[in-house]
Amino acid sequence: MSKKYWKGLPELTDSPEFLQKKNNEFAEALPMDEFLSGDDANSKGTSRRDFLKVMGFSTAAVALAACETPVNKAIPYVVKPEEVTPGVANFYASTFYDGHDYASVLVKTREGRPIKIEGNDLSKVSHGATSARVQSSVLSLYDGARLNGPLAKGNATTWKNVDDAVAKSLSTGTAVILSSTIISPSTKAVIAEFTAKHPNAKHVTYDAISYSALIKANKNVFGKSVVSSYDFSKAKTIVGVACDFLGTWLNPIEFANQYSKTRKVNRENLEMSKHYSFEANLSLTGANADERYMVKPSEYGKVIAALYNEVAGATGNSKVSDAKVSNADAAKAITKIGAELVKNSGSSIVVCGFNDEGCQTLVNGINKMLNNYGKTVDVELYYNLKQADDKEFLDLVADLNAGKVGTLMTYNCNPVYTAPSSLKFADAYKKATVKVSFSQSLDETAKLADYVCPDHNFLESWGDANPKRGHYSLQQPTINPIFAAPRYEGTRQVQDTLLKWSGIKTDYLTYLQGYWNNHIFPQQGKHLDFASFWANTLHDGVLKVSVLKDVPFVPAQIDSTGKVVATGVAAIVNELVVDTTKVIKPTAHVAATPGAVATVANADYNKAAAMATSAKGGTYELVVYEKIGLGNGNQSNNPWLLELPDPISKVTWDNYITMSIPDVKKLGLNEMLRQDIDGSIVDLTVNGVSVKVPVFPQPGQMPGTIGLAVGYGRTAEAMKAAFGVGVNAFPFVSVINDTLQYVGLNATVAKAEGTHTFASTQIQHTIMGREEYILREVSLKEYKDKAKEVWNPEALLPMHGGGTKHVNEVDLWAEHPRMNHKWGMTIDMTSCIGCAACVVACTVENNIHVVGKEEVGKTRDMHWLRIDRYYTSDMNKDKAHEEGLGTKQMYIDMENPSANPKVTFQPMMCQHCNHAPCETVCPVLATSHSTEGLNMMTYNRCIGTRYCANNCPFKVRRFNWFNYIDNSMFADVNPAQQDLGRMVLNPDVVVRSRGVMEKCSMCTQRLQAGKLAAKAAGMPIVDGAIKTACQSACPTNAIMFGDANDENSEVSKWRSDDKNYYLLEEVGVKPTVSYLLKVRNQDEAIHHEAHTTAPKHEGKADAHKEEHHS
Amino acid sequence: MHAESQIREPLIIGNKTYRNITDDIIAPIEGKANRTWYILFTIASLAFMWGIGCLAYTIGVGIGAWGSNNGVDWAWDITNFVWWIGIGHAGTLISAVLLLFRQKWRMAINRSAEAMTIFAVLCAAIFVTLHTGRPWLDYMLFPLPNQFGSLWPNFNSPLLWDVFAVSTYATVSIVFWYIGLIPDFAMVRDRVIKPRMKKAYALLSFGWGGSVRHWSRFEEVSLVLAGLSTPLVFSVHSIVSFDFATSVVPGWHTTIFPPYFVSGAVFSGFAMVLTLMLIVRKVYKLEAYLTIKHVEYMNIVIIVTGSIVGVAYLTELFVAWYSGVEWEQYAFLNRATGPLAWSYWIMMTCNVISPQLFWFKKLRTNLVFTFVLSIVVNIGMWFERFVIIVPTLCRTYLPSTWNTYTPSFIDVGIFVGTIGMFFTLFLLYSRTFPVIAQAELKSILKASGEAQKKASAEHAHH
Repeated sequence: MSKKYWKGLPELTDSPEFLQKKNNEFAEALPMDEFLSGDDANSKGTSRRDFLKVMGFSTAAVALAACETPVNKAIPYVVKPEEVTPGVANFYASTFYDGHDYASVLVKTREGRPIKIEGNDLSKVSHGATSARVQSSVLSLYDGARLNGPLAKGNATTWKNVDDAVAKSLSTGTAVILSSTIISPSTKAVIAEFTAKHPNAKHVTYDAISYSALIKANKNVFGKSVVSSYDFSKAKTIVGVACDFLGTWLNPIEFANQYSKTRKVNRENLEMSKHYSFEANLSLTGANADERYMVKPSEYGKVIAALYNEVAGATGNSKVSDAKVSNADAAKAITKIGAELVKNSGSSIVVCGFNDEGCQTLVNGINKMLNNYGKTVDVELYYNLKQADDKEFLDLVADLNAGKVGTLMTYNCNPVYTAPSSLKFADAYKKATVKVSFSQSLDETAKLADYVCPDHNFLESWGDANPKRGHYSLQQPTINPIFAAPRYEGTRQVQDTLLKWSGIKTDYLTYLQGYWNNHIFPQQGKHLDFASFWANTLHDGVLKVSVLKDVPFVPAQIDSTGKVVATGVAAIVNELVVDTTKVIKPTAHVAATPGAVATVANADYNKAAAMATSAKGGTYELVVYEKIGLGNGNQSNNPWLLELPDPISKVTWDNYITMSIPDVKKLGLNEMLRQDIDGSIVDLTVNGVSVKVPVFPQPGQMPGTIGLAVGYGRTAEAMKAAFGVGVNAFPFVSVINDTLQYVGLNATVAKAEGTHTFASTQIQHTIMGREEYILREVSLKEYKDKAKEVWNPEALLPMHGGGTKHVNEVDLWAEHPRMNHKWGMTIDMTSCIGCAACVVACTVENNIHVVGKEEVGKTRDMHWLRIDRYYTSDMNKDKAHEEGLGTKQMYIDMENPSANPKVTFQPMMCQHCNHAPCETVCPVLATSHSTEGLNMMTYNRCIGTRYCANNCPFKVRRFNWFNYIDNSMFADVNPAQQDLGRMVLNPDVVVRSRGVMEKCSMCTQRLQAGKLAAKAAGMPIVDGAIKTACQSACPTNAIMFGDANDENSEVSKWRSDDKNYYLLEEVGVKPTVSYLLKVRNQDEAIHHEAHTTAPKHEGKADAHKEEHHS
Repeated sequence: MHAESQIREPLIIGNKTYRNITDDIIAPIEGKANRTWYILFTIASLAFMWGIGCLAYTIGVGIGAWGSNNGVDWAWDITNFVWWIGIGHAGTLISAVLLLFRQKWRMAINRSAEAMTIFAVLCAAIFVTLHTGRPWLDYMLFPLPNQFGSLWPNFNSPLLWDVFAVSTYATVSIVFWYIGLIPDFAMVRDRVIKPRMKKAYALLSFGWGGSVRHWSRFEEVSLVLAGLSTPLVFSVHSIVSFDFATSVVPGWHTTIFPPYFVSGAVFSGFAMVLTLMLIVRKVYKLEAYLTIKHVEYMNIVIIVTGSIVGVAYLTELFVAWYSGVEWEQYAFLNRATGPLAWSYWIMMTCNVISPQLFWFKKLRTNLVFTFVLSIVVNIGMWFERFVIIVPTLCRTYLPSTWNTYTPSFIDVGIFVGTIGMFFTLFLLYSRTFPVIAQAELKSILKASGEAQKKASAEHAHH
């Protein structure tokens, strides 16, 4: 018993009066109510003392509440995990697949947090390349919209409740799992287990962006319902019809990589592929084409039929009935292209991105006549991507409407958002008895679902993938689930959920290993025991097997007690995993036999041609397309992608309809030429669906067509960044011949009230006659035939007293010493396709702030790396001279791009000038030069005069106008403002605060890490060991970085190429970044002016020859 | 005493005695302010407070509150800075250069012109100190002994030269102004009755006794300071122009900038002196001292400097064409015909055409016309700085970076606020300081006063 102290005699005596008062905190009640009520203040006896008491208390309370010091916790590991060293990054091989894009990736983690995604060089499907969408996917892990536990009718609940409820529902009626294409063989097996347990259940595959026509065409021609694979690297002639294979079509990462291999021109390899494109919208692929023709969507089939007949005629095959292509240029080109294709039989490729069975069948016919199968196109090595059969989905909608569906589970798809309006999916969806969504966030479908069972993010999940026949990859978690017990009810991987609902007790990891042990391990002969096979495959992330065995999805058989018996897919897992001594004898390998292609005897091309050429368009034809940033909208809520400028339009945070300039003029809409950036708003109506949408006048848009991108117009409030941005284009998708076609052939456009402000990062479209200083190009013919001086002249300055000197010899300044390294970067503009993977990679690597639409609209975007996009103009100096046009009018005309312009992409970042204009003008030495040739920023020293930015000829410096990390204006857009989003920040890079200038540092943190690694290893830095973020993200290897002091380095080799040039060399700032000029595969010469900065008045007025594009 | 020609127009009109001068000049200090003063003061101080609000908001959230952007990193801030510094030029020119050249007409205006200089430099200082992203670190601009290692500012940067030039200029101007004020403060001290005021003016006048020794030192110091200030008149704006001239920006990188900026500064400074003096003359009834002749003299300076500015504009265009440099040519074509061409033509109209109207004697001696034109000139000079900065930065080397600029309402607020501050200070000054250097003025009464001239003319006739 501890001693008891009493505070006074009343307590000791415990008088009843005392006992009553003891419970009150104040001995006398404070007259608060009376005091606050205010009436009759004097009479109620509110004394001055009371007033002061209350006053004093509240002041003290407020003051104390405001005095809370923020607590920053930095707690070291008590027991350090073996593989984690603070400050050292770990890389884990894994797989990115979101039902749309596939990439084998390396996940960079720091102190257990995934912070960056790199391509996996070992992959033979994604080839170490990435795209903007893959790069940005790491942020999906830290998305504030993610659910942290299951929901029942919108309210948080427990997994047990959900499991019970769903089990009850499953036991009563039919069930459907509706998912996007699943490429994970083990997940398919899990689903097979599920359907085995629930015989009334079936699995329906539905892709928002469907390729079912391609599958049907392969069925028609080869009898196989598969998605063929393509190899652009072997193609000499590439023809694409409405096919954005470099940006969004099928497997763009692989295609971009293959494509770039055919376009590396140098003195040793003078050949490059020739690329033709027919399309209505100006796509990324069209922008890269050597020749691009504008056609309406209703004419895609006609183009293909005409091409079919050209090829058929030349190869002696029977022709089909075709129809006239109205664009005369395109019609003429088809004849030429046909001949070229036949000339390159076996090394050509024709692809079509239009989801029409007739078109795709004809394309198959063309490739078959050209003998391309087994060479550039392959139906044996098919993709497992994009398996959806639209018919199945349409049937499901019918079933839903008929009330035949009991339990509907949606996995990795969002049909309420993505289904065409004609299907009225949301209404049909509500008719399912029990609706279950596996969505990670409360998206449009999940909002209507009865139960939401949030899946893990892919970075928290185990998994596998079989994107292409014979190619496997593994997915491993790189972080423990963020939302997990005890703090949250937590997320649960779908496969675990389904296994549970199938009554299988095994967890998914064990199941996965079992599946691999039983089915994939036997396909290879390298590893003799499963443990080492598993460890090695997990380490590499990918596996290529030579056995092309179709893996059966036999479900496990479960006995009456619920125990799995040994005949199932995953049943004998445990024994086999431990049984490392088991020797697997190589079974008979069926080698892939390219060339030997089984075909259907009588593919009906006439029927296909009739189908393809039957389309009829109205006044306007709408093309529903995917943007490079948002793709099909899976990552709509990703602020990095929303802020990523579209590679073509350069618009951020918006979707809009693209219209040709003649159409815009015809409708009296705002043209937005010159500096005017407000667009008109129109009412767009297709098939009775109407929407108000702004108009972006797009050069290269086929007149009579309009484009509208999907992925916007999200109505899920939880998606704070995406909510309310743009309009949804999916309702405009048409259902034709039981396939989803991404066109609206009969659209009407009517001018509506108001204007819309676009946030565009580039509003000047053309190069304004400055090609020779900024944007050098050469035709392949000239590159072969003419001397370098013609197309890539030296920067010579005329000297007083005659003669010329190279600009580098005319110098006011001393050279900087470069004792050790001289870092250099060279960018190959022929390879660069403008896909913007580098832009997002730079954003992720360097903690670049997202600033939102309004700020981007004010030209305050923060991207350290941007891609300048230039269109050609019909006007040039020669033409102006011939026509006697005044200089003013010439420049005004030059600002207008051609109707079908050629496009050039130029990645632009800090050029790390050796005589940097920014360095001399900074009054406080916040920007200075390193001995290794880099222009460095000292953020602590910067006071923000912004003089450096004014004096930068390249305008690559970015100023922190606000405190983006703290200012509430940016709370919804800047992920770094949320506790969760902040976890994605790269700890090696400072998060810049307000008032500080920033710019590309050449990933100085990577340089430092590379130098330290070399130092620790006691050897010099190996060329290629250090890669900048942009370089490693690039799918086409257009960016080379290295030590220019080392003459054997790759970057030195690039710089000695005769295509090498520096931007604005005459200005004398001596950039460290150089460019390899763009080679266009065309015969027509690109004229070049006599390159000199000699004052014009010394010669004739026309001595200053200006180039013009044909 | 210097003898002065009878033909010269008198600089002091009316039958003024020394006593009259003292009375007239001390009247605003001793008397009560009139209604006009209160109205003007209310407007000016309200504008000032609005400006303080806008500045406080800017300091709170960052200069993102302005319209500047990545590309047009300077806009209204530096435009206003250069404009105010330019206005400040006339004061020093009048008090120093005209002193050295013995221009006696300056005596009626130099006090207020110098006050204007100081207030204008204060306004300029607001922009130059608060336009930085992190103004609390502005001290790093000074070569202070520091603990960052031996880290000094970058002596290559024209911005640093600016810091020295402007701070030197401000210091010398204030000292010069104050020295001149000492005898006048003594006069006020001797006149006022209220003990507090007497004490204050006694402190301010440093015990001035009016002895010959005092006068002798006063004149020597004035001359020395005039000698010191004269090069500053030329150096400050030359150095401000280096901010542009030493850059690589097409349209900025021109050697003509220093003389062009200096003459422009004198041009706008004189215009502002005229604006202020015409108000002062009216409000304080100083018509006898600020005569039509004074106005005419100043208008002549405006014709000369305005013409120099005009020639500079045309020279720029010529050199752009003659150099054959594409960048330069385009920069000027863009100024004259680009999206912001309206600002160029406002500048051309206000600065090149309007001062030429002063060739007509009728116009240059018309007070209303002069007042309007003095404001027009300052509008024109504001646009000159705007044209140099904004349209140029909108379109530099890479067409991909071409952009536009729209000021925010905070930009406007701060600018209006500095105008408010300027007038607030000037109105306060005019009620507490002798607005005319009466001690100096008295020295020319016998030679240039109307009454005395008439008297001596009559004397000569007889």
